[in-house]
Amino acid sequence: MSNIAEAFKNGKAFIGFVTGGDPTLEKSEEFILAMVQGGADLVEIGIPFSDPIAEGPVIQEANIRALAAGATVDKIFDLVVSVRQKTEVPLVFLTYLNPVFNYGYSRFFQRCAEAGVDGIIIPDLPYEEKGELTETAAGFGVDVISLIAPTSEQRIKQIAAEATGFIYVVSSMGVTGMRSEIKTDLRSIIGVIREASSVPTAVGFGINTPKQAEELAEITDGVIVGSAIVKIVEKYGEEAGPYIYDYVQSMKNAVRDIV
Amino acid sequence: MSKGRYGIHGGQYIPEILMNEIINLEKAYEHFKNDPEFKAELKKLLNEYAGRPSLLYYAEKMSKDLGGAKIYLKREDLNHTGSHKINNVLGQALMAQKMGKTRVIAETGAGQHGVATATAAALLGLECEIFMGKEDTDRQALNVYRMELLGAKVHAVTSGTMTLKDAVNETMREWTARVHDTHYVLGSVMGPHPFPMIVRDFQSVISEEAREQILELEGKLPDVVLACVGGGSNAMGMFYNFIADTGVKLIGCEAAGHGIDTEKHAATIAKGKLGVFHGMKSYFCQDKYGQIAPVYSISAGLDYPGIGPEHANLHDSGRAEYVPITDDEAVEAFEYLARTEGIICAIESAHAVAQAKKIAGNLSKDQIIIICLSGRGDKDVAAIARYKGVSIYE
Repeated sequence: MSNIAEAFKNGKAFIGFVTGGDPTLEKSEEFILAMVQGGADLVEIGIPFSDPIAEGPVIQEANIRALAAGATVDKIFDLVVSVRQKTEVPLVFLTYLNPVFNYGYSRFFQRCAEAGVDGIIIPDLPYEEKGELTETAAGFGVDVISLIAPTSEQRIKQIAAEATGFIYVVSSMGVTGMRSEIKTDLRSIIGVIREASSVPTAVGFGINTPKQAEELAEITDGVIVGSAIVKIVEKYGEEAGPYIYDYVQSMKNAVRDIV
Repeated sequence: MSKGRYGIHGGQYIPEILMNEIINLEKAYEHFKNDPEFKAELKKLLNEYAGRPSLLYYAEKMSKDLGGAKIYLKREDLNHTGSHKINNVLGQALMAQKMGKTRVIAETGAGQHGVATATAAALLGLECEIFMGKEDTDRQALNVYRMELLGAKVHAVTSGTMTLKDAVNETMREWTARVHDTHYVLGSVMGPHPFPMIVRDFQSVISEEAREQILELEGKLPDVVLACVGGGSNAMGMFYNFIADTGVKLIGCEAAGHGIDTEKHAATIAKGKLGVFHGMKSYFCQDKYGQIAPVYSISAGLDYPGIGPEHANLHDSGRAEYVPITDDEAVEAFEYLARTEGIICAIESAHAVAQAKKIAGNLSKDQIIIICLSGRGDKDVAAIARYKGVSIYE
């Protein structure tokens, strides 16, 4: 059992994402702590991958920057160890299966447990394939976060029934990235999830403004923002910390008291 | 363990957003493959439009020159659009049409699969968009224009290494954005189940014909079957109906680029290790942290860091052997076949010709080699000239 439930105890949750090592590991630590100070309830840390097929251009570029700057799985673990000494906020990895598979599932999740990682999101690991690592992950207290998409239909209940940590509800078709409008009928998807599970839900993909976050917070337990934060890193580079703080604070303020 | 396994390989490692689509695709395929009407329609297209069956040609001059085995060429280069790719594309496009899809998308490396897809889309009245690495649109500019002539929209992919793997990434991304009306015509025996099975089945017409043809011509099975391997579609099609004939040696020829002891190669079996990428568990060229390696080959069609899961399993079981062929060897074989037999083959196929040159002399005159000549080489003429330092007007 991980610490993820804590993230949903301060009103509606705000979940922020950065790619680990973009632009440097030291700066990632600063950005993560800026998010926490700004009110983030959970932080997702991307372990960069050469071919992130679920990501739009903004996060693809962040992966390239991080890898070019020398980020590796081992160095991301070091980053988490260092962050963990300064905050108790739940931390979740986001990466693709190959780096985890390559590291070895036991070794990877043991290091997660030692470093204080609470969960992992793997976009290319659907329900059908998760069996190859969920037991190992659970053995080390790491939740493998389930994703539910606008196309999941009859799969929603099946996925939700086995979900732990939180349920990542993908807001829109396509890849990650900022969108001006979210058209999916998320209310009915979350309604179906609720019939099968009491695990908190968080909606991600496309969210970037406080207004969008506020509207979504009415139907979900949390909102996830990735590309909009990575865009700040892209724009301000090493100076991005204060801008991330301000942005996260505005987003958390928008969702905190929504019921 | 999930569906679509070949030993430890295969599976369905893709985003949730695509899962229902590939579940539906599998259901549709299971229906159509046994549907007499679909089968008749596809056979008509293959025979009357694509020009099947393809010839099994006895390369007498080459056989005598090499002084050993009798060499036969399975002439997939003579198919409409100039390669084996049309076999799979007609099957998938016809199925997409019957599934109610109005749009097809595809990745392409050398451009052969893109041209074939654009061709089938034109014929069947489907909208078509092709994703091709920027590096490949540059080195295969003629194929880009062919696709445009056929009415397709070609996207030059500028992410990553700007080659085939990045084209696959981008096509998958596009598919996640628009699955309701779009079918992804995957071009090789790779990706998530059911693609490796569907593509293999549609390509297995190559070995179905070759097996019958050689029995008729020679009254016996071949000793060796050769094919080039990138993702592995022509090789899987060429091997499939010979797998049960355990006396037939199956050899896949990988692109060794500048050599497997350099960093410039695409020899997945020789140098790759087990991983999960592009929807499948298989062997991939990757670094110690599982980052997919930039690969290289003179041949855009073999310039891919992975190999289809069924090949990976044929390697594990020892049923097939995979050998590396360098750029130099492939170019030499390309020229050799042109001068000896008057056939300009694709630089991809030349990798298999190169292996035949290595082994034919060691076999006896009553032994038989079949080479899958997967495509024709018109598209490669400019690149070969560049490679040789010859300046020609393109």
